[in-house]
Amino acid sequence: MALLIAVALVCAVAASLAIGAAQIPLRTVWEALTSYDATNPEHIAVVEKRIPRTVVGVVVGAALGLAGTVAQGVTRNPLADLGILGINQGAALGVVSGIILVGATAPAQYMWFGVVGAGAATILVWFLASRGREGATPVKLALAGAAIAASFSSVVSGILISDDQALDSMRFWQVGSLAGRGYDVLFPALPLFVVGGVLALAVGRSLNLLALGDDTAHGLGLNTGRARVLSGVVIAVLGGAATAVAGPIAFLGLVVPHAVRAFAGPDYRWILAFSAPVAAVVILVSDVLARVVARPGELQVGIVLAVIGAPVFIAIIRRGKAATL
Amino acid sequence: MTPRPNSTPEPVGASDPTPPISNECIPEPTLDVESGLRNTLDDKGSRVAHPNSASTTHTLRNRLRLRTVAVCTVFFVLLAALFTVTLLLGEAGLTAREVFEAFTGQAAPVVQFVVLELRLPRAAAAALVGVCLGVAGAVFQSVLRNPLASPDIIGVTSGAAAAGIVGVLIFRLSGLSLMAVVVLGGILAAAVVGLLAWRHGMQGFRLVLIGIGVAAVCTAITSYMMTKVELRDATVAYTWLTGSLASVQVGAVTVAAIGAAACLALLALSTRKLRALELGDDTATGLGFHVEQDRVIVLALAVVLTALAVGVAGPISFVALMAPHIARRLVGGTSLSLAASAAVGGALVSGADLLAQYAIPGQAFPVGVVTGALGAPYLAWLLSRSSSSRPGGNA
Repeated sequence: MALLIAVALVCAVAASLAIGAAQIPLRTVWEALTSYDATNPEHIAVVEKRIPRTVVGVVVGAALGLAGTVAQGVTRNPLADLGILGINQGAALGVVSGIILVGATAPAQYMWFGVVGAGAATILVWFLASRGREGATPVKLALAGAAIAASFSSVVSGILISDDQALDSMRFWQVGSLAGRGYDVLFPALPLFVVGGVLALAVGRSLNLLALGDDTAHGLGLNTGRARVLSGVVIAVLGGAATAVAGPIAFLGLVVPHAVRAFAGPDYRWILAFSAPVAAVVILVSDVLARVVARPGELQVGIVLAVIGAPVFIAIIRRGKAATL
Repeated sequence: MTPRPNSTPEPVGASDPTPPISNECIPEPTLDVESGLRNTLDDKGSRVAHPNSASTTHTLRNRLRLRTVAVCTVFFVLLAALFTVTLLLGEAGLTAREVFEAFTGQAAPVVQFVVLELRLPRAAAAALVGVCLGVAGAVFQSVLRNPLASPDIIGVTSGAAAAGIVGVLIFRLSGLSLMAVVVLGGILAAAVVGLLAWRHGMQGFRLVLIGIGVAAVCTAITSYMMTKVELRDATVAYTWLTGSLASVQVGAVTVAAIGAAACLALLALSTRKLRALELGDDTATGLGFHVEQDRVIVLALAVVLTALAVGVAGPISFVALMAPHIARRLVGGTSLSLAASAAVGGALVSGADLLAQYAIPGQAFPVGVVTGALGAPYLAWLLSRSSSSRPGGNA
């Protein structure tokens, strides 16, 4: 299975490099990588545009896949997703306020605002949803997420409505896209991705225990409070950083863990390990689709994922799989 | 989703024809499975209650009814006051006398135009939109039995918004044709959600979750449209998307008012169905109600009301969520009063629009910015009230 995923990832990367506004044969792509010719426009396109875009796609995809898996595990909720839970909007609000209020211009600056916003949204949604007798059920989490997202986005609109320039840049950021995101955006966030990724892989065992229920987990020696906080940190760091880089991308973190669970079984350590590469494949394929379907223009990957992800989401609910994990 | 153990019915509201006496003295309010927030909302109603005695129940019921009437009166008076203020204020600097004369036809044509064509539609639209959203929110919260449920959730608002954006930006619609497209878009989205959620009946949780999924697609369409147009168009569209009363027209308000009046009348006729649905499926079925059918009818009316409101003013956030909460809190008891929600909603939007226009001199915001700015802290405040309830649970 691991081999299959590796092959799929290689194919997705190749497709992402070759397919686009201009079709570039794989051989030319290979030549661009091995013997770069600065006068060949196809080589320039591959090295300057497509490689950064693909790298960003792989990193963002892996981060969202991990964050989604952790979110599903810690809430024991098959519908948990950064978009559904409003965490994306939290990061969006963080980024917008970073840009507008503090005048942050470089991604390295507003990145942190994104993480703080995502963290705030995570905490708020969890508390809002876990009120009441039966705790955070999937419906209550989804409703709390929608309410938090609505309140955050109305604050964002309040800011944007009075600032045309900000609206102009935000309307492109807000759909979630890999286009035009280069190393300058990625590198400042890289430490966050690394820390978040390592932490995510480390919480796998805790998630396994949490899946047994709080009492059992506690009896088996797990500090459930600490496990939750740690998971929250993972979600905020990975979700916030990915959103700051690519904009809010919904449904990736929802779809991927479900697909992985189908072949990897219920062990979260495996689910986490597979989620990252599978999510990278999914986001790259979606991005390639986004470039192909609306020629000569292109869609944003966030739109493609919403159109692919929403039916999956609805199918999960209709099949009655929305029972707690 | 686990099947819901429909064991405990909700405490019954004061205006219900046959409230079981026993419910009034339960120490902790009975909670529906999905309605976590209810306990904060309910405790007032059950704490005033005394142990079983028919007379206590009776006085309690009377007191609640009095409170409902009082709250409705206060808020309708407030709404009328805000309506008048909206007519009186404005850049033209008219005196109260001139405004009055405009209605009797004695004023100068310019004054007539300002009052009747500019200010009156805006004031009427604010009241109308508020009433529609307040009632629709109340219906959703009580039928879906979750205090966070609102028509925004199940795709009506985002469907209407997506249709509106496509209508404005691609087909260059305006006025009544735009409103028709918006209303139909909202209803269509809700119908899609309803059909997808239908499976051996309409479960509330499925409706909510599928609504969120469909809303996500509609929002994606809207965001995509926003990237495809000139910045100038995007600014206009964005203002509309935030919810604005600045450019309402007489025709649109009139048509919407007629539609809304019809829906409200039908809802008023369905009050008994609504009360029964609040009790939960099992109890309502036991009382001889056709639960599925009633639920669809009542929700459909609420959907049309919401779509009309969006058609007039664009998606104004949080009114449908907040108005029923505030109404319920003021009225006390456990059952939602549609009239109180309507009054609170109307006053909320009218007040918010005045704030949006005049709070910061020289800078007029769309009304949706103000309701959003009010809604976010309101949610936070609701959160802070949760300290009494047990956090976490086993989920």
